[in-house]
Amino acid sequence: MLRDITIGQYFPGDSIIHRLDPRFKIVMTILYIVMLFTGDNYICLGVGAVYTFGAILLSRIPLKMFLRSVKPLLPFLIITAAINLMFMNSGDVLWQWKFIKITDGGLNTSVFMVIRIVLLIMGSSLLTYTTSPITLTDAIERLLSPLRKIKFPVHELAMMMSIALRFIPTLIEETDKIMSAQKARGAEIDTGSFTTRAKNLISILVPLFISAFRRADELATAMECRCYHGGEGRTRLRQLRSAPRDYTALAVTVLFLAAVIVLGRLF
Amino acid sequence: MENIIEIKGLHFAYDADDGEKKPVEVLRGIDLDIKKGEFVAVLGHNGCGKSTLAKHLNAILLPTEGTVTVDGIDTKDEDRLFELRQRAGMVFQNPDNQIVSSIVEEDVAFALENLGVPYEEMRRRVDESLKAVGMYDYRLHSPSQLSGGQKQRVAIAGIIAMQPKCIILDEPTAMLDPQGRKEVLATIHRMNREQGITIVLITHYMDEAADCDRVVVMDKGRIVLDNVPEKVFSQVEKLKAIGLDVPQVTELAWELRRAGCDISHEIISEEECVAAIERLFGG
Repeated sequence: MLRDITIGQYFPGDSIIHRLDPRFKIVMTILYIVMLFTGDNYICLGVGAVYTFGAILLSRIPLKMFLRSVKPLLPFLIITAAINLMFMNSGDVLWQWKFIKITDGGLNTSVFMVIRIVLLIMGSSLLTYTTSPITLTDAIERLLSPLRKIKFPVHELAMMMSIALRFIPTLIEETDKIMSAQKARGAEIDTGSFTTRAKNLISILVPLFISAFRRADELATAMECRCYHGGEGRTRLRQLRSAPRDYTALAVTVLFLAAVIVLGRLF
Repeated sequence: MENIIEIKGLHFAYDADDGEKKPVEVLRGIDLDIKKGEFVAVLGHNGCGKSTLAKHLNAILLPTEGTVTVDGIDTKDEDRLFELRQRAGMVFQNPDNQIVSSIVEEDVAFALENLGVPYEEMRRRVDESLKAVGMYDYRLHSPSQLSGGQKQRVAIAGIIAMQPKCIILDEPTAMLDPQGRKEVLATIHRMNREQGITIVLITHYMDEAADCDRVVVMDKGRIVLDNVPEKVFSQVEKLKAIGLDVPQVTELAWELRRAGCDISHEIISEEECVAAIERLFGG
């Protein structure tokens, strides 16, 4: 049961989007978010949509997966839409009940907001769908490396991230084992009221934490044995090399952003 | 031959953490020289101090008293710490807790990254090490997809990538299934034979020790026996007294001798045992 958990929702593949330099992908995602939030008319949103669906098509990941990424945020979407609907009072009144007024301006804004957020979720999912967590960590480390000058522990954070990623499957397996062991001793984990179940969770969490600390201790020793001494003077096996296609993709993104800015002014 | 490891008058004590001020003595005077290219097994019951001894060989622990020198470097010399750890690599019991990266080849490269080895050379050494342990085809796998024996071989590859002169293995097979044990032992023996790497194998499996050049038996923080496997295992009574077993065939020969048969007491392999018993009946 626990083994089914996927981390980072990465879909391995070999599409052009998969092969882009992860650093460029992060920068492009940021530009993409700016793109969606600068344009405030439907034409700009349309341009954003073209960009989003174009990239999704290129990634060769089924559209279904992207729609699935929107699903957990559905309540959030509904609340946003409802708030906009109720509190944006501009234009003609379409419907009224006591103090709640729905206007065409409000309707317009809420539809606009929903489309914008859906695009935002789908577009950013593209980053995690096409980049493995470990590559992503690596790219973040390199992008943030200038911050080292102001003593920001970039390498340490990236190392923590990658060790966490490395140990997630190990700890999931361990949790599975502990759960079975506790069940064999008569612990009831899946039944009872919410509070009983929460209390019973302690019998899993305590051994899990103890084992995690022991693992951490052993891992630290093993890392020391392999001459680990922080990020100072480290070289890397994984080389991030930017290719012409990365610059092309970036240029396309910048063009789209420029188009959105221009179209936002014109209309 | 030249010594690679020299241990002189090594004492080590942990500070007791239960409030008592009296330190707990774990090693009580160890003198041990290991020659270059030797394959040494260190045997002992749980708590005899064999793991503590192993941790002294690459300065994870420092002696309370006495000296440990590895390839001419005193383990107390902080300036040469990384040089020391590069020359004396260490493999631990639990393969899961010594693999750092989520990709096999990156884990093998970890030590080289730390040492600042340039990319081209790193690539070459990583590939060579993976081939040497027979895990090259798995270089892009995640460690969680591998069996225990495969993980342990990856851990060994991570050490040999440093091109050490000596590898210390602290019960590397204790958590593995028989197949995994076989794989790991074959790998260690090959490293010793083909690359001339000195091996210190800490274990409590008697049959693993039987294949070594030399067996050191520890009890209560001291070395009690130190000889070739045949001589060590012939001392069945002494081994039993400190809670160790002897290989099955050795025990059989010993029992036969006690029952009055004329059979050698220096039998450690099945083949020798079969031959000896055939002689017994045939002759």
